[in-house]
Amino acid sequence: MLLVTCAAALMLLQQAPAEGTDWDAEFGIAAKERDPLTGEFPVAPYEQSNANAGAAPYASGALVAAFGGREGIVRIAARTVELSEADPRIAAIFASHDMVRLKRTLGEQLCYLIGAGCDYTGRDMRSAHADMGLTKADLNALVENLQAAMREAGVPFAAQNRLLAKLAPMAREVVTR
Amino acid sequence: MSIIAPCLATLCSLLGDAASADPQIAYEPVIDAAPVAPPVAPPAPPAPPAPAAMERALAPLAGASALGDAGLRLGRAELFKGGKLLLTNGVATAEGSSGGGLARWATIGGRQMPGGIGASLHATAIELADYGWRSYGVLVGVGDRLELSYARADFDTRKVGVLLGIGEGYAFNLDTFGAKLRLAGDLVYGAAAMPQIAIGIEHKRSRDGALVRALGAAAASGTDVTLSATKLLLGHSLLANATLRYTKANELGLLGFGAAGAGHELHLEGSLAYQLSRRAVVGTEYRSKPDNLGLSEDDWIDLFAAYALTRHLTVTAAYVDLGAIATIPGQRGGFLSAQVAF
Ligand code: HEM
Repeated sequence: MLLVTCAAALMLLQQAPAEGTDWDAEFGIAAKERDPLTGEFPVAPYEQSNANAGAAPYASGALVAAFGGREGIVRIAARTVELSEADPRIAAIFASHDMVRLKRTLGEQLCYLIGAGCDYTGRDMRSAHADMGLTKADLNALVENLQAAMREAGVPFAAQNRLLAKLAPMAREVVTR
Repeated sequence: MSIIAPCLATLCSLLGDAASADPQIAYEPVIDAAPVAPPVAPPAPPAPPAPAAMERALAPLAGASALGDAGLRLGRAELFKGGKLLLTNGVATAEGSSGGGLARWATIGGRQMPGGIGASLHATAIELADYGWRSYGVLVGVGDRLELSYARADFDTRKVGVLLGIGEGYAFNLDTFGAKLRLAGDLVYGAAAMPQIAIGIEHKRSRDGALVRALGAAAASGTDVTLSATKLLLGHSLLANATLRYTKANELGLLGFGAAGAGHELHLEGSLAYQLSRRAVVGTEYRSKPDNLGLSEDDWIDLFAAYALTRHLTVTAAYVDLGAIATIPGQRGGFLSAQVAF
């Protein structure tokens, strides 16, 4: 009996919020809009430079051909991101980020490093991955997904490893835990 | 107000009672703590007869794979969660450490990542012109830092036993207790010029004390100290290893340790391997050895191929040339090893 009275009293004391409250505004969250042209969310300004790609590019036409040229590389980058988004080991890390942008910037980075003549317009590896708390296990998972994407694209194993050779030293900037 | 206070008090006490009466209510004390691993799936029911012989052979591992991928929790450590890239845990050496078959590497065995605990089991057979070698062992890996191993080797002298005056089929037995600590570097990541570096020991005990002393050995047990550097040079798909071993073991210790006037010496183990794919690697190894007993003990070489059939199962086959053993020359033959790692 006492319990019922209590519950009723507590319910009466509740005040329903006004209909149609704009909670984002209420909590001071500015809505982010995807760019209608690129489909990407805007990012805080940073200095663009190919140095942000983290390594010097190869200069080998044979290597570029092994990756299927620019189109091949861009497809491999996008596929790596797709596989990672679907990989239960690391999917959660990607879920809250802009995958449209990542597919583009990762494609640029790989294309630049392999020497297929792209410019890298993304952020440097340290600032792109700061605060993500990435582990070596996360990196191994990503490497396996990249290997799977390259395998699907028919890239010979030695050529796959040459790309990984460019990325392996970046582990120091990416893995923070 | 006067009515609310007792109300809240009642509610609280009700909730409190509920909580204390039911200790099974679980909660996670830290919001971002990793979720508790789900209970391990019960072992898979016996697999129905599979068509392919390979599948059938691997079927018993299916349960183990499920365990390996889900992982368990042991305090703050992940048990058997895995995470290493294929082959980066190395394969078992003759002495039970992780390495390349004959040579010890700086790698840490087991499939665990930092914060995890892993393990592996192996069995090795070497068929030589006149001798047979069988060894098996177990290894525990702690993060990317520490490896503890034990291996037992049985060395059958077969017909040559008569010639050596110890009886046909006399077998020398050796226990090896190993420990290895990674000091710096990473096998795969970081600068190409910075290898993974590890120090270690191998404490060996011959089970044939009286006999090896009669052969001239100074002791039936001894301890090797090793310093290893190993790197996967991705740009060339090459794995390179060099190990310095401070040892007085005769034929790894099967024939005891040292001799009159012969103590520890520094010896070299080198490996060079080419990665054909994620799963396959071929390579060669060289291992220098002392000759304390004057039995023309030789340096060892091998040509090996290792294949990761699954994340957990690796097989290694090799051609080995072990030179002369106990004065009998021409000890060449085949090496076959299987390793299961979690
Ligand atoms: C050496 C290894 C790695 C390389 C070369 C790399 C490369 C890149 C590149 C080029 C970007 C885009 C930066 C930009 O848009 O400005 C990026 C962002 C990102 N990376 Fe990586 N990455 C590596 C490792 C990892 C790992 C291990 C994970 C997680 C498993 C990861 C998750 C992400 C995520 C979620 C973003 C989006 C960041 C954002 O939107 O703010 N990366 N990475």
